[in-house]
Amino acid sequence: MICDVCAANPATVHLTEIVDEQMTELHLCEECAKNKSSEMEQQFGLADLLAGLSDLGKGAIETKESLKIKCSNCGMTYADFKKVGRLGCSECYNSFRKYLLPLLKRIHGSNKHYGKMPLVLAKPLKTKSDIEELKVKLQKAVSIEDFEEAARIRDIIKKLENSEPKDKNQTTQ
Amino acid sequence: MKLDDLLSHSSEWLKGSGPNSDIVISSRIRLARNIMARFFPHWADKTQGDETSGIIYQAIQKVEYLKRNTYFKLSEMDTVDKQFLVERHLMSREQASKPNSKAVVIDDDEIISIMINEEDHLRLQVMKSGFDLLDAWEIMNRIDDALSKELSFAFSSEYGYLTACPTNTGTGMRGSVMLHLPALVMLRTIDKVLSAIAKLSFTTRGLYGEGTQAIGNFFQISNQISLGHNEDEIISNINGLIRQVIEHEETARGVLLKQQKTLLEDRVWRSLGILKNSFIISSQETTELLSMLRLGIDLNIIKDIDRRTVNELFILIQPAHLQKLESKKLNSQERDIKRASLIRSKLIK
Repeated sequence: MICDVCAANPATVHLTEIVDEQMTELHLCEECAKNKSSEMEQQFGLADLLAGLSDLGKGAIETKESLKIKCSNCGMTYADFKKVGRLGCSECYNSFRKYLLPLLKRIHGSNKHYGKMPLVLAKPLKTKSDIEELKVKLQKAVSIEDFEEAARIRDIIKKLENSEPKDKNQTTQ
Repeated sequence: MKLDDLLSHSSEWLKGSGPNSDIVISSRIRLARNIMARFFPHWADKTQGDETSGIIYQAIQKVEYLKRNTYFKLSEMDTVDKQFLVERHLMSREQASKPNSKAVVIDDDEIISIMINEEDHLRLQVMKSGFDLLDAWEIMNRIDDALSKELSFAFSSEYGYLTACPTNTGTGMRGSVMLHLPALVMLRTIDKVLSAIAKLSFTTRGLYGEGTQAIGNFFQISNQISLGHNEDEIISNINGLIRQVIEHEETARGVLLKQQKTLLEDRVWRSLGILKNSFIISSQETTELLSMLRLGIDLNIIKDIDRRTVNELFILIQPAHLQKLESKKLNSQERDIKRASLIRSKLIK
């Protein structure tokens, strides 16, 4: 049997496709099968899935204007992100914050990180001024009745106050 | 170390040792990391991509744990060599498909691999034999800490590590465990187990990760959520789930031995018979038969073949491995012949 696409090489891969409720059979050689499979991956890409998810996000309503929001660091627009499903650089998280927060919440059930942090950042955070800053944040959280956030900050403060200076590998929880 | 040297020794994760190694093949931790403000790989042009790649490789060379490593530049590799690394689980299929500015660094024991410019600037992977995610995480944590001194990782105290795709934001961590579950498949209870796993926000994939089918009764289970839990919690959640799956498989194996012993022995010995007597065999058929052979070894039905031999065969019978062994390009029919002769040489003493 000869490949249906290139009509040159022997067909070794046999594919059944359903298009518009019609079943078609394709007989392909290895090379053409490879091209076909990458084509199919693109059709059902993560991008579509993510784009769909962000539409369901609560709070931020997307307008024509919001699609034009551009990351000042890498130039990616929110419309680009919706198309490719991937951000352009780490600064995009700030640029598209309003839309990303609900998206992260939908994907992970949370939009707050509790895991480790880079060593260089972990150290200075343990200084007194950082604890003071956290206490201010705690007050703020209590005043707006975000008790989940308040409890999280309280735990970090407790941990920082108890932590020994020798404990270099301390991660915040 | 050269690529061809890998062929002569087998990966750590194939040893067939470690906790619960009758059911668990390997445990893997993956971290996604990026450099602050640098364009993510898909958004960067070639100059930026190459620059990022250079910065990362320089940093890697300063890390004590990564001293004995080999650096492979994807643009300088041919298709078979790239496929070879994918088959050994040292690199993803995505990394192999578009070579621009991409590289992979592999430590000489094949425990650690670092993909540069895949979806993220860095994809770090630690893979161990058996059920031992915590051990893999400890190695990973040390490497990550060491690298974080050399590179300014993109991190926000609010959302954690910032990744190209929001599905990895936070810890950037994915823990995966590769399981061999033939008894659950034979008793047709696997679907129940898999649907329960999906409800708990874990994913199940085939032998070669994303988008691959489960063949040979191999299932890779990993966490889907990377934000909102710390690394230890993520690992203990996966561990808890895996322990239950192991228990189910053990029960199923017990049932087979008790109620369908003859049927089981028949399938195991037939599989070995076909493997020892074939002259043309496809990779799919081989994988399915090897799965039965492995079950036979685990249940002490077959005593004179060890688990490691079977584990290694799973990898050696893959297309790129066969071509590397033969040192030339083989089409699919030639591979089926070479595969059968390799299997005979490994199983007939």
